[in-house]
Amino acid sequence: MLTVTPIRVVVGKPGLDGHDRGAKFIARALRDAGMEVIYTGLRQTPDQIVSIALQEDAKVLALSCLSGAHNELFPKIVSLLKEHDAEDILVLGGGVIPEDDIPYLKEQGVSEVFTPGTTSNDIIEFIKNNVSKEGA
Amino acid sequence: MSENKNKLREELENWKNGTLKKALDRFPERREEFKTNSDIHVDPLYTPLNEEDYIENLGFPGEYPFTRGVQPTMYRGKFWTMRQYAGFASAEETNRRFKYLLEQGQTGLSVAFDLPTQIGYDSDHPMAHGEVGKVGVAVDTLEDLEILFDKIPLDKVSTSMTINAPAAVLLAMYIAIGEKQGISKEKLAGTIQNDILKEYIARGTYIFPPEPSMRLITDIIKYCSKEVPRWNTISISGYHIREAGSNAIQEIAFTIANGLAYVDAALESGLDIDEFAPRLSFFFNSHLDFFEEIAKFRAARRLWAKLMKERYGAKNPKSMKMRFHTQTAGCTLTAQQPNNNVVRVTLQALAAVLGGTQSLHTNSRDEALSLPTEESVQIALRTQQIIANESGAADTVDPIGGSYYVENLTNKLEQEAQELINKIDDLGGAPKAIDQGFIQKEIQDSAYEWQKSVEDKEQIIVGLNEFKVEEELNLSTHKVDEKVADAQKNKLEKIREKRDNKTVEDCLNKLQDAAEGTDNLMPYIIKAVKEYATLGEICGALRETFGEYEADSYI
Repeated sequence: MLTVTPIRVVVGKPGLDGHDRGAKFIARALRDAGMEVIYTGLRQTPDQIVSIALQEDAKVLALSCLSGAHNELFPKIVSLLKEHDAEDILVLGGGVIPEDDIPYLKEQGVSEVFTPGTTSNDIIEFIKNNVSKEGA
Repeated sequence: MSENKNKLREELENWKNGTLKKALDRFPERREEFKTNSDIHVDPLYTPLNEEDYIENLGFPGEYPFTRGVQPTMYRGKFWTMRQYAGFASAEETNRRFKYLLEQGQTGLSVAFDLPTQIGYDSDHPMAHGEVGKVGVAVDTLEDLEILFDKIPLDKVSTSMTINAPAAVLLAMYIAIGEKQGISKEKLAGTIQNDILKEYIARGTYIFPPEPSMRLITDIIKYCSKEVPRWNTISISGYHIREAGSNAIQEIAFTIANGLAYVDAALESGLDIDEFAPRLSFFFNSHLDFFEEIAKFRAARRLWAKLMKERYGAKNPKSMKMRFHTQTAGCTLTAQQPNNNVVRVTLQALAAVLGGTQSLHTNSRDEALSLPTEESVQIALRTQQIIANESGAADTVDPIGGSYYVENLTNKLEQEAQELINKIDDLGGAPKAIDQGFIQKEIQDSAYEWQKSVEDKEQIIVGLNEFKVEEELNLSTHKVDEKVADAQKNKLEKIREKRDNKTVEDCLNKLQDAAEGTDNLMPYIIKAVKEYATLGEICGALRETFGEYEADSYI
């Protein structure tokens, strides 16, 4: 019998933003899609989020931020992952993120940014396509 | 009367079996079942048969049970306060926006603080990195508030401050700048949100554990009941509960359950109900389901009046009046076709007015993209002014009162909210229900259901899941300069050099001692802010004594 290891996802809320309705929805939708999901809870520093991702052996790190601090916090997390040789973790961003900021975030190593109006299916598809490609 | 009703019942049956049935045989309805946002079944038609006892359920405006409004004349006397929430970057920039809004005809100020301020960190704290001045204005010391209210006469405007965990500190600063402007405490008018329970439930800007948080709140209530009599000491907020995904029934129930917890705490601290209840105020969301929202405001008002009278034996009618601010639902705005948001906001604002709000914030069309631009804020304010001055909606009291449908919904919402409050009572009240995660889970389940219904197109959102267009999101958005954080840090450094650090330390030590005991903390905090102790230092001293709250997360 073929056993498939579920994709492990850490959903993180970096910074001080307390709006986690979207993050929790995504967490639950990914879990319903068969993934293993760990939610960090609010107010995590980049260090804390990276260490949770490493401990949990996550393949995906989904970050949510609505406070406008994404340009500082997301790249910081990506660079910490690099420091820990964990660049293979797929980093996703979501929240109220202006279109103008998205190219910068992608340059910094965020694989995709999902803005308001994205459906959970889009995100699930993206994860499935991109995690498997990297031979997880 | 009952003869009339019998006749009507008969005619209604005839209509159902005749005219309606024939029509349905030829053209079935769009859906199998129609429901409100809160899953309340909607009949095809409502008639006077749905109306119960007018005197008992509705009564007259300005009289118990206040279903038709808290004032006898409502907007015939004076429009609601048009209060746009604003704040970003530095105190200087926000001061400019405030003056702009006052020039545009806004009648009250509403301050948005950045997250470090809301969570009691100074701008140079490591946790503040990336957040300074982003979602509101950064306030570190009294100096920032002096700049924020420069040349704004505090005896002429009322100011609402969206501040919760460190509410005591901001109120203390406001009192201090009042003094500097030569305005005594008795003349200051405004509101601090000061609602910590909903922070644990829905908004996340808590600092201390529930018990000391509740003490800070009762200290403020006690202090203001004697010293700052025109101040609304708390704004019990359903807004964020709704934004977190609750439905209308849950919004009423959880907000009122939190309100009951504050009342219980104030009573336990030795106050009499009629001493503080008149200064309690509320804050609600105005969401998409137009009639359910109108009914929600009316139901909440009636339910609160009954609880205050029957449960607490309040004697002063002012104690029974639920006065509330309303904000249109930010969570319903779409990033797609943002101009459609102007229409959504208009409907939501109209529902709030028809529901009898005392004050209103209309959201700006670009809020799903970033902080609003000045142009968008102006359209949002104009929306209120058009409703007030052009639509006629403000010309009679409770114009929707007596709508068979709305009265029926009002009754149902009240009943269902009461049942949910009973459940929370059984769990030991709101703080215990929050402790057990009951309220958080209820909200999350509703949020999940809602989002699923949007994704499955059971709920149509124009421009998002239907009627889509190819578009570039090229609306010019508002940006906060990253230099704000550096400027704040410089300011802090200078103040720490300038002030009398020994006195500051002494103030902080005394505050800590008081926090360990039972003294009212307000005078200690006022003393500290006047010496330019920082918000972070004051909250830090209290953190050491009270500890910090750690939330459980449920998914």
